[in-house]
Amino acid sequence: MIRGLSRSSSRPWRRWSGPWLYLAPALVILGGLLLYPIYQLGLISLFHYTQAQVSGGEPTRFEGFGNYSALFSDGEFWSVLLATVLFAAACVASTLAVGCALAVLLTRVRAVPRLALMLAALGAWATPAVTGSTVWLFLFDPDFGPVNRILGLGDHSWTYGRFSAFFLVLLEVVWCSFPFVMVTVYAGIRAVPAEVLEAAALDGASQWRIWRSVLAPMLRPILTVVTIQSVIWDFKVFTQIYVMTGGGGIANQNLVLNVYAYQQAFASSQYSLGAAIGIVMLLILLAVTLVYLRLLRRQGEEL
Amino acid sequence: MKLPSRLAALLAAAAVVTACAPQTSSNSSSEKDDKSGTLRVWLFQEVGNDPKAEVVDSVVTAFEKAHKGTKVDVEYIPVDTRAQRVKAAFNDPKSAPDVMEFGNTDTAGYVKDGGLLDVTKEFGAWNESKDTDPTAKTSVTVDGKLYGSPFYVGVRALYYRTDVFKELGLQPPKTMDELATTARKIRAAKPDLYGLVVGGAYTYGAMPFVWANGGELATGKGGDYASAIDSAAAQKGIKAYTSLFGDDNCPAAKCAGMGGNDTITAFAAGKAGMAIGGDFSHTAVEAGKVKGEYAVVPLPGVTAGSIAPAFAGGNNIGVLKSTSHRTLAVDLMEQLTSKKTQAAMFDAMGFLPTFADVRQQVAAKNPYVKPFAQTLAAGTKFVPASPAWSQIDSQLVLPTMLQEIIAGKKSVAAASEEAAKKMNSAFGSAG
Repeated sequence: MIRGLSRSSSRPWRRWSGPWLYLAPALVILGGLLLYPIYQLGLISLFHYTQAQVSGGEPTRFEGFGNYSALFSDGEFWSVLLATVLFAAACVASTLAVGCALAVLLTRVRAVPRLALMLAALGAWATPAVTGSTVWLFLFDPDFGPVNRILGLGDHSWTYGRFSAFFLVLLEVVWCSFPFVMVTVYAGIRAVPAEVLEAAALDGASQWRIWRSVLAPMLRPILTVVTIQSVIWDFKVFTQIYVMTGGGGIANQNLVLNVYAYQQAFASSQYSLGAAIGIVMLLILLAVTLVYLRLLRRQGEEL
Repeated sequence: MKLPSRLAALLAAAAVVTACAPQTSSNSSSEKDDKSGTLRVWLFQEVGNDPKAEVVDSVVTAFEKAHKGTKVDVEYIPVDTRAQRVKAAFNDPKSAPDVMEFGNTDTAGYVKDGGLLDVTKEFGAWNESKDTDPTAKTSVTVDGKLYGSPFYVGVRALYYRTDVFKELGLQPPKTMDELATTARKIRAAKPDLYGLVVGGAYTYGAMPFVWANGGELATGKGGDYASAIDSAAAQKGIKAYTSLFGDDNCPAAKCAGMGGNDTITAFAAGKAGMAIGGDFSHTAVEAGKVKGEYAVVPLPGVTAGSIAPAFAGGNNIGVLKSTSHRTLAVDLMEQLTSKKTQAAMFDAMGFLPTFADVRQQVAAKNPYVKPFAQTLAAGTKFVPASPAWSQIDSQLVLPTMLQEIIAGKKSVAAASEEAAKKMNSAFGSAG
């Protein structure tokens, strides 16, 4: 034992390499499953790579940043990017607001309504996006949908106008993603000591004040996670737009980046252009996440 | 045991990739021409596939009897995911079929991908091929070479409600202008019906208007196409089609987003006076509310008595380049698309034969085929035989153009110019 120890201390690189050795299996798997595909994605984005190249009908051609310059010089890309950012921001804000409000509500109601709300939320969560979108679309159908009948809107078409179509999709996105926020925040609130909340209530704080001054600061790590999650999800929304607006809306007015990538690139097997869009999305999401984490760090919060 | 070996494979793959180029498969044509063994066939899985399978089985049985030592393995692949299956087959020749059914607009793309075998010589030598419809033949031709044999064709014509026409004292329209006025009369008399139900995403419903006015999608030959969708004639056709969207016929808010199936659904549900539907829509309409109260005529052209050129849709059967049974596979392709098979296939599935004489025979027996046969006989059009077409199609270039005009976002001239630009860039990049 003693000899073994002295031998290991006589080789300082071992002490240094020790942690890495233990981390190696995880790193290898992460590298294989994450880095390698990203590397491939980046590589493909530099070539002219379509189905003809994959199946060997034509030789692969190196294009440098040709795919990127084609993408950036397409005016539609920029308008789609702007629409995606705004739409994702609206979705994240609405999802967080609804999720947090219902989480607070959950702590204030009795067991039976709480169970009912939980089950309803879990039902929405478990519904596949395609099913949810189709049902939602049916509810708002101009000819057969109950919503128009109840609101007395006649045969108003919700998907014809750009904003009304985006609004309809936003409702569906919020509906299927608030349960995650609600359940997570609810779990967080449960972990907050009851005395703190009681003290705030005794001091005469309103429900809103308790949330803003007590719960929100204490739940900050959890809120950070659900915000980043929501940003990533809503930025990458595909199914809802694709199903509800018929692949991008009237004259492509409801395109978001993911649907744009599918329509412009993957549906016609232009893998290299699609890969370039993928890389751009990856960089944007990475930047958003880093900036967000940085802002939190500056406020003195450790994650 | 499994995980470490996979890991090792991953690491090995990571090491190999230092070569620094994305993977490609070597899809060279097989030199082998085995005269026995198993032939794999992929056909499309249709709605109600059993009658199709019966016809195919009888062809296969006869084929196996005629060629000792051969076995034919038929697989029906779902239409929705065919693109992925076919791509996978091109990428991995070992799992590819020998003979395959494909949509005729995919021909040029598959040829460029290097997947289909040139069968010009065999097709020319086949004694039945001389009766093949010229448009059907165009749909298997790329750069003057043939890459398969036509299996069936599909064309669209004008469905109309006989009860509504009788009640309002209307006659089936004789010209395209009459079509529009008739549609508006129906809508005016019966506001809960669309006059002629049209769709902003219904490209093949709009194209006859362009073609009838003398316009073209694109001009050129042999992979070198230029868009003609912004020509004066084409613009006239686009204007004729898009002017049908409005509260006096088919309100833009509802109709701009419709595709071909939506218009047929509306017609079958009794919500429209007229619709542009295919012979393949016959079953759906028969199953709807309007059964027994509709008739079909060819879509009228610009002048009285003329027929608007229709898009010749349909499917082909081809041989894959990677086959190791070249002779047998080509023979099987011919058997599957022979006159006898196509006649039986019509009885089973209602697919219109690609041979003019066979089509005449079935039209004589089935009155509903007549308007479609007339449309085919009057001359049909096909999309540009360019691999760029699949790109133009999936990038929704034409629906976007139509919808921009319908929604009042752009003028006919501006929208068609924009569409022409996008088409030309696709022709340019796909060569």
